Amino acid sequence: MSQSPLSFRNVSMTFPDGTKALSDVSLDVGKGEFVTIVGPSGCGKSTLLKIASGLLEATSGEISVDRDRIGYVFQDATLLPWRTVRRNVELLAELHGYDKERRIQLAEDAIDLVGLRGFENHYPRSLSGGMRMRASLARTLTLKPPVFLFDEPFGAVDEITRERLNEETLRLFEQERFAGLFITHSISEAVYLSTKVHVMSSRPGRLVASFDVPFEYPRKPDLRFDARFAELCGQVSFALRGAHS
Amino acid sequence: MTLDDQSTFDPVAATIADAVAAPGAKRSRRANFAGSVLPPLAVGLIILGVWYFISLVVLDPKRRFLLQPPHEVWNVGFADWDNLSTMLEGMWSSTKVAFWGLLIAILLGFLLAIVMSQAKVVERAIFPYAVVLQAIPILAIVPLIGFWFGYGFSSRVLVCVIIALFPIVVNTLFGLLSADQGMHDLFTLHKANRITRLRRLMFPAALPAVFAGLRISAGLSVIGAIVGDFFFGQGEVGIGQLLKRYANRLEGEQLFASVILSSALGVSVFLFFGWLSGRLIGKWATDSRGK
Repeated sequence: MSQSPLSFRNVSMTFPDGTKALSDVSLDVGKGEFVTIVGPSGCGKSTLLKIASGLLEATSGEISVDRDRIGYVFQDATLLPWRTVRRNVELLAELHGYDKERRIQLAEDAIDLVGLRGFENHYPRSLSGGMRMRASLARTLTLKPPVFLFDEPFGAVDEITRERLNEETLRLFEQERFAGLFITHSISEAVYLSTKVHVMSSRPGRLVASFDVPFEYPRKPDLRFDARFAELCGQVSFALRGAHS
Repeated sequence: MTLDDQSTFDPVAATIADAVAAPGAKRSRRANFAGSVLPPLAVGLIILGVWYFISLVVLDPKRRFLLQPPHEVWNVGFADWDNLSTMLEGMWSSTKVAFWGLLIAILLGFLLAIVMSQAKVVERAIFPYAVVLQAIPILAIVPLIGFWFGYGFSSRVLVCVIIALFPIVVNTLFGLLSADQGMHDLFTLHKANRITRLRRLMFPAALPAVFAGLRISAGLSVIGAIVGDFFFGQGEVGIGQLLKRYANRLEGEQLFASVILSSALGVSVFLFFGWLSGRLIGKWATDSRGK
């Protein structure tokens, strides 16, 4: 299993103040897999991503991942307000020392990919929440990351925007086939996007149930109204209730 | 790729929203102008009215020298070239002092703030002394500076530096530390070194606060130049010495005129930095003009 782009083996995390955030989490994300973790707020989901990316160090356990070009989409768009959309999208390529020509090309492609053409010269303050999130996605895409971590990226946008961003995420995944690890507390978002859904319990975070999602890609929006989709959502919801109590 | 149907929706809607918002903004700008110019103008007229009233009605003609009416201040203080040129020379001298004081305070303040932003322990070590420096009444320290360094140009500049330093240090430090944790995480994730982090993240993030500090310090530096000159009372004549001279000779018109001139200097540096901040960061900062 060690050839998976991202794998956790018996990972536990206890913060210095004694809070047990994660307990014995083992999880693989293969190439072309989109794995989602759903769980109640504060159950340690984000901690898992921080550990994967190296922002935090696990207390015990093993993580194997190539951190060189890791993609990490944060809860907030974290755009630099003094940079236009284009310059924001160029940022990571800049930090990685790509030359200017390549940087511009990558940014142009990514802007097209997320549908921000025409907004390259806007500053973040004049964009809607959904558009900021797109810019944030585009910024991550420039690195063509083999591993893509999403930390509840669409939690702060309205339902309609969220569904549209879900479509776009799907399309990016269908095109790039990265190894995706997605955190959310929306069950339908989890089922709609993923190849596999894990349910995490709270305090300490443990994986208590796993579901394979059988639907083929490319997925169409009307999948949301499919009876099998509803049934799977119901099962995940049931497991999540169990995890909550 | 079948992005088109989805992705064009948002941009088009937003473009329409922009187009709709633009003419409205233009209309309200005119309303804003009336709204922002007329009220202070009205207050100005009231002040002039009260001034005239006190000067001509309340004061006995024998005691009118205490508050000469506005047109007398104009005639003697501004329209009389001999008097005006003396004041302008004093202003020029004080402006030079304030300028150099502010410049040094800026360089020193930035340096201190940058060093403090790099390690919490350095911040803890230096910050109390910045507060102490700020807390010493400038009147107490001016004679001391005179003792130690004489009454020349550099001593006056030093007074300005002392009075203008604190807001620059505090605001710049606050600004440097204001970039949010998510952005720092992003830089950490992509292995940015200290210099890159400082240049691409902390400096630009600091700019709005830096300009807020500059506006305060620029005004303080002007005050420092006047206070230093006032207390030293020797050397090149600045506006401070003139204020003292006019007060001693009961030359109310000139005294008023120099008070007006010196506050005009303070106001103009304040406006200058407001303008500069609008030019440099107005496009992206949420509130760069200050209120």
